[in-house]
Amino acid sequence: MAGTWVFIEQRDGNIRKVSFEMISKAKTFGDEVSAVVFGKGVEGQAAEYAKYGADKVYVVEGDVFANYNTGAFVAQMAAMIQEYAPNAILFAHTFNGRDFASRLAQKLEVGLATDVIDAEISAGKGLFTRAIYAGKALAKVEITTSPILATVRAGVFEVVEGAAAGEVVKPAVAATDADVYQVVKSFEPTVSARPELTEADVVVSGGRGCKGPEGIQIVEQLADLLGAALGGSRASIDSGWLGHELQVGQTGKVVNPNLYVAAGISGAIQHLAGMSSSKFIAAINTDPEAPIFNVADFGVVGDLFKVVPLLCEELKK
Amino acid sequence: MKVLVCVKQTFDTEAKIELKDGKISDAGINLIINPYDEVAVEGAIQMKEKGLAKEVVILAAGADKAMDAIRTALAMGADRGILVKQDSAADEYQRAVVLAAAIKDENPDLILAGHVAADDGSSQVPTRIAEILGLPHVNVITNIEIADGKATCTSEADGGTQVTEVSIPAVISSQVSWNEPRYPSMKGIMQAKKKPVATIDAAAAEAKSNIVEFSLPPAKTAGIKIEEDPDVAAAKLSDWMKNTVKVEVK
Repeated sequence: MAGTWVFIEQRDGNIRKVSFEMISKAKTFGDEVSAVVFGKGVEGQAAEYAKYGADKVYVVEGDVFANYNTGAFVAQMAAMIQEYAPNAILFAHTFNGRDFASRLAQKLEVGLATDVIDAEISAGKGLFTRAIYAGKALAKVEITTSPILATVRAGVFEVVEGAAAGEVVKPAVAATDADVYQVVKSFEPTVSARPELTEADVVVSGGRGCKGPEGIQIVEQLADLLGAALGGSRASIDSGWLGHELQVGQTGKVVNPNLYVAAGISGAIQHLAGMSSSKFIAAINTDPEAPIFNVADFGVVGDLFKVVPLLCEELKK
Repeated sequence: MKVLVCVKQTFDTEAKIELKDGKISDAGINLIINPYDEVAVEGAIQMKEKGLAKEVVILAAGADKAMDAIRTALAMGADRGILVKQDSAADEYQRAVVLAAAIKDENPDLILAGHVAADDGSSQVPTRIAEILGLPHVNVITNIEIADGKATCTSEADGGTQVTEVSIPAVISSQVSWNEPRYPSMKGIMQAKKKPVATIDAAAAEAKSNIVEFSLPPAKTAGIKIEEDPDVAAAKLSDWMKNTVKVEVK
């Protein structure tokens, strides 16, 4: 069995950090680790993956792989599985990663564990921990179908540098334009100087207590001072102060940064589900009984309109 | 156009999760239509109101009580329902196989579902259904336009917004920001009682994954909570961020 494969998430050569996190985690399984990258002009990236421990790098180049599309990616991966028989393949639990892994899993008629937060893989067996009910409970899922497939949550595994050979392998290109059934008409990148919610070290979120766009602006100032991603509770999304893509909680994104700052968020179960696995949590809320204080490492009972600007001043000192 | 919507009955998102005999307890839990599926139901009903869809069929796989989820969707305005009886412990593969078999019999022009279920968070079933049926799919849509045998979908993508075109029939999965689902009216609820719902047995399918253990995450314990003048509180919070968390200030 040809070890563990890590499918690299990248767009236009920008590699997602979770790709390195997966390589580092895969190293702990004690078997050969390979990075697999599909794209256009991606061959030069091989050294990057070797730096984090990829023994081999499977590079598949071609116009049909320039942007993610399910049909071509699944056709190519299925052909490579036939050829090289990996024991397991890890994907990032991004929108693309889960789309790819789900369609591949069904094509191969195998099991798939999505959004895993822990993994143990041995020959022919994968044991994965998944957060269910948005983190209100955990499930251990066993997969014994072959290859073992999983999508991995960003930010849960440490990136560890450890040089490896990074031998470049160029598999035959098996996908053609005929495999493409989704025509991408346009892609508008989100224009933001801030990091993405699910990949950020620090997340600063505003809730009902922001009372409106002015309150959100105060929260944004703190976010920018900390180089943080901006998020919000359902109240601030439903009120239209923030876009849905910034919602943290059970019907939004699940985040696990080093520091989560909840400003004016009471802490409904729905919201707590999306952020309580953060390493450190700070909360600012006027209501001393707010449930957010039950999970906060540092809680300030106070008005965010007063505390947050003063906090920004103090942090700058 | 005939639109079929797959719905899953899930726990209310405000529900507190407890374990009983090593399993997730459903005692006293309010059951709802998975919020992502509810948006798909609303999307389908709006297509009918615009004259795009002739019929909206609701399909659910689950226990008898999943009938409530179907009735709710019918009360919102869907035309009829199908309940496939299936053990709620079925894995994603089994659910996809069973739903796909029922969809094949219906032969709809468009299949809608939520992109993820609020309970297991798997986000696999719609894509698996598309593969079984050999249909194109688009996930996580926030808007859709149907014309000339094509669906043009706007979806939330990694790091941006994407517009994708596929031919129909296709499987399309919804993001919650697509629309605001309506509450069923009293009249709708009364009418839903008379709408036909077929009950069928699930096709046999072998599980491809197995949950070996459920547990609850370690309870987060409350730390320091201070109630002081804003300037004092801000200074203490800043010290904690700098010294304990070790944040970098830009």
